[in-house]
Amino acid sequence: MKKKQENNFSREHIAYLKKQKQKKIIIHVCRCLILALIIGFWELFAQLKVVDPFITSSPSRVIKTIGELYNNGTLFRHIGITLMETFAGFAIAVILGYAIAVVLWSSDAVRKVSEPYIVVLNSLPKIALGPLIIIWIGTGYDAIIFMTVIVSIIVCIMNMLAGFVAVDKTKLLLMKSMGASRATTLRKLIIPASLPALMNTLKVAVGLAWIGSIMGEYIVSKAGLGYLIVYGGQVFKLDLVMTATFILCALAGGMYGIIALIEKYVVRQY
Amino acid sequence: MMLEFKDVSYTYHTKTGETTAVSALNFTIEEGQFVSVIGPSGCGKTTILSLAAGLLKPSSGEIARGKTEFGYMLQRDALFSWRTVEQNIFLPLEVKKRNTSEMRAKAVSLAEKYGLKDFLKKTPSQLSGGMRQRVALIRTLAAEPEILLLDEPFSALDYQTRLEVCDDVQGIIKSEKKTALLVTHDISEAIALSDKVVVLSARPATVVAEHSIDFGGNVPKSRRECGEFAATFEVLRKELGI
Repeated sequence: MKKKQENNFSREHIAYLKKQKQKKIIIHVCRCLILALIIGFWELFAQLKVVDPFITSSPSRVIKTIGELYNNGTLFRHIGITLMETFAGFAIAVILGYAIAVVLWSSDAVRKVSEPYIVVLNSLPKIALGPLIIIWIGTGYDAIIFMTVIVSIIVCIMNMLAGFVAVDKTKLLLMKSMGASRATTLRKLIIPASLPALMNTLKVAVGLAWIGSIMGEYIVSKAGLGYLIVYGGQVFKLDLVMTATFILCALAGGMYGIIALIEKYVVRQY
Repeated sequence: MMLEFKDVSYTYHTKTGETTAVSALNFTIEEGQFVSVIGPSGCGKTTILSLAAGLLKPSSGEIARGKTEFGYMLQRDALFSWRTVEQNIFLPLEVKKRNTSEMRAKAVSLAEKYGLKDFLKKTPSQLSGGMRQRVALIRTLAAEPEILLLDEPFSALDYQTRLEVCDDVQGIIKSEKKTALLVTHDISEAIALSDKVVVLSARPATVVAEHSIDFGGNVPKSRRECGEFAATFEVLRKELGI
């Protein structure tokens, strides 16, 4: 099928397609190469003692540390706890944020009244609430999840509200001319029309959720990747800090990737 | 009589002041008639449609409309890109809670009758501008309105498509025996399509003249070819003061 199609193209077009494909391959190769170079030089400098591996750690030490954590059975516990906190916080922030955005969209009065509060809450550095959270909620997972929620919810609200308000005025007029109620307009027009905005919100919120959960673990925690980083820093085990950071990178990248994939599927027809 | 404007006035209020959009407006639309309202840009034509549809209440005067069902067709097609053509056509049925299989079947047969059979499962983005406007018309007709309110539905199209769609829409409305009220600033469009043309003054809009048009049958194309077309155009042009 593909071959047959190619036969219909002019030679010039085939050359063009080939060039496009080559460009794409070069970009992928460059990406991988940079990663390989960073890891390679890091390891090389550490081996040659150009830098002190006690301070900088090294890829081989990171792998060894992962092996140790795996062997004493704590690797997946730490990963699991942080993942759970991040995901729970993310889910609550998105669902609650969406619901609040719907309320704000439904009523101009409520929106105007709450505007200054949202603006202030948005600019407040959430870490300032750390001591309050410990006293009010305690030192368990729920405190960390709470931190994750407050870090990411405001952006969810503002992003979704902007998405709702940006819906085409002509389509709103169309719904009005058909005598649609506010609820029907929401269901038939606003929610489906703002799906791309939701996908965008998910992408931003997932990044913030990681910030929230790790920040929460810095303040109070007994386990998790953020805990490993703080603990490793305190006892000067930089291998542990690097390892936890490395795992964090992989997890955050993976979660973002999943959302980007969902977005690609969902927003196809927009 | 399907719709009657009796001494209708409407005033907009904004922070900076008030604007009288229409004042002492009088005209009627009979059943099955295609009436065009033309006027200079910004003379409050859209206001007249909103008043007719009951989206706005007149500041004074009265609009007699009985219990007629309205269908609104807008400048842009406003098709929902996440729905297929068929689902777009069903939208008014869903909104008006008349989404029965009988109504859906009627809507589909209407779409098929007017050449949308092969497009029903496609998305709007796969359609040309003219085709999209036709879908918008079928969507308006799906809820079986008695009066169609057309707000410059051809103004967003390029000239060639515009002539085509214009004839197309008029043909469908006539063969479905619907009453229509069109607002436009395009004189030739008004002459080609209507049984009656109402000429408005600049704001505040009021009726300057009314013309019945019956030459060239009811077909826009043959009307444009008629000798009277140019003469009528001149008369309307002078009345509009351009």
